[in-house]
Amino acid sequence: MKLITAVVKPHRLDEIKEALQAFGVHGLTVTEASGYGRQRGHTEVYRGAEYTVDLVPKIRIEVLVEDGDAEQLVEVIVKAARTGKIGDGKVWSVPVDTAVRVRTGERGPDAL
Amino acid sequence: MPPGISTLAADAPELSAANTGFMLICSALVMLMTPGLAFFYGGMVRVKSTLNMLMMSFISLGIVTILWVLYGFSMAFGTDIGSIVGWSADYVGFGNIGVTELWDGYTIPVYVFAVFQLMFAIITPALISGALADRVKFTAWALFITLWVTVVYFPVAHWVWGAGGWLFEMGVIDFAGGTAVHINAGAAALGVILVIGKRVGFKKDPMRPHSLPLVMLGAALLWFGWFGFNAGSWLGNDDGVGAVMFVNTQVATAAAMLAWLLYEKIRHGAFTTLGAASGAVAGLVAITPSGGSVSPLGAIAVGVIAGLLCAIAVGLKFKLGYDDSLDVVGVHLVGGVVGSLLVGFFATGGVQSDAKGLFYGGGLDQLGKQAIGVFAVLAYSLVVSAVLAFVLDKTIGMRVDEDVEVSGIDQVEHAETAYDFSGAGGGAGSRKDVPTTGETVAAAGQNKKVDA
Repeated sequence: MKLITAVVKPHRLDEIKEALQAFGVHGLTVTEASGYGRQRGHTEVYRGAEYTVDLVPKIRIEVLVEDGDAEQLVEVIVKAARTGKIGDGKVWSVPVDTAVRVRTGERGPDAL
Repeated sequence: MPPGISTLAADAPELSAANTGFMLICSALVMLMTPGLAFFYGGMVRVKSTLNMLMMSFISLGIVTILWVLYGFSMAFGTDIGSIVGWSADYVGFGNIGVTELWDGYTIPVYVFAVFQLMFAIITPALISGALADRVKFTAWALFITLWVTVVYFPVAHWVWGAGGWLFEMGVIDFAGGTAVHINAGAAALGVILVIGKRVGFKKDPMRPHSLPLVMLGAALLWFGWFGFNAGSWLGNDDGVGAVMFVNTQVATAAAMLAWLLYEKIRHGAFTTLGAASGAVAGLVAITPSGGSVSPLGAIAVGVIAGLLCAIAVGLKFKLGYDDSLDVVGVHLVGGVVGSLLVGFFATGGVQSDAKGLFYGGGLDQLGKQAIGVFAVLAYSLVVSAVLAFVLDKTIGMRVDEDVEVSGIDQVEHAETAYDFSGAGGGAGSRKDVPTTGETVAAAGQNKKVDA
């Protein structure tokens, strides 16, 4: 199994969710996050003063998938998240040892 | 404050039930301004110091009330001593005031006048707190209020409003507190921040308001309460002046809000909520000294000028590097000065007194008096407040530790936080019926479709 993590622009959430559903993913976890990448935040003006805002709002999506689907799902997410502008975010995947469905106790791919 | 109204009877005034009832309601309205101010300021700070900001205003209701009864009323409105301060043993502890004893020259009891003026004494130090957000020890603040009202507010109220007070006798017009309340508080705020310095991260971190709805609620309560503050300051309704003041309060506030918003839109590209709230308050401040002497069209001018100048002023703190956190100087000092000086231009001579401003053929006479009033209160409050803050800082310390400031003053000074959003957890150890299978919980979680 693999854990795919995507940190992306908040307004792309719905597109990504729909793309994942169309692919057949059964569940995902979404968290509001903040951070910066190479774009290093941005400046904004408030009450006449200019500020550098380092941490910009992002959302973090986590999906557990079977090994075979991982590469393709990363592509699905990247495609749905892309706007082509700076700050589009990142997607990565890592191997996962165990997954258990709490209600039934099923383990491994059955738990997905 | 009017120089003694002339009742129709022309003899000694008699107690008026209507005026007394009206003034008690006005006193309650002015009381509401202090919690309103607490919300106005409380919404403007970051989430970690919300409660401290609310408490800095709220504590004034406690401290100043007691001091006012003990000796404050006597110092402000007792028999004049050298045009500087008052003192009447009868007023100490409100100990020897007759139930039906009338305030000299008016139709309301002394008790009513005393409680109305008390509400002004409460809100004035509370106004200062906005400049000191996030960083002042609560005990130091409580002591500061105690000392400040004693050596600054009580005497200055006497100068401006007390019979025999030197500005009062000179003929400075301050209908409801442009000098005694707003310039006084604004100058004090400037004096204190010059001593205690800026917040950690000032200029680097935007420090945006954590709850603009709270700011709007506060501004709305201030606007509402201000009708009591302004219209009530005539101490009765026998000649319609209070009604003119009421109208002008509404008109100038509307104009100032619009002016601030337009300035902001043109300059920075958006109509902000904070701008609307701040603009309204700037208008209220500016019409406070002037509303009893200008026409409604004059009130529009006062509002527009105040809204614009205050909007420009709040941007200056970044350029000058002073951390007037919530713009007490930019709104109250600047707005108070603008309103007080504009009396010298826009006074029609046909409302509260026959003093005419420059634009109504009165020459520079009234403007000169207004300028003396503005400068005297500004300078005295600025210097004495800075000295008080300096003394407190050298003895018990004005500021909390940097760590406390960064992690949030609420937790350390008040042992509370403003909001608790954590719905999870709690009560596991004492539950009677712990579900062991998934059935009950799953059933509870499902089918929560609601028609809405």
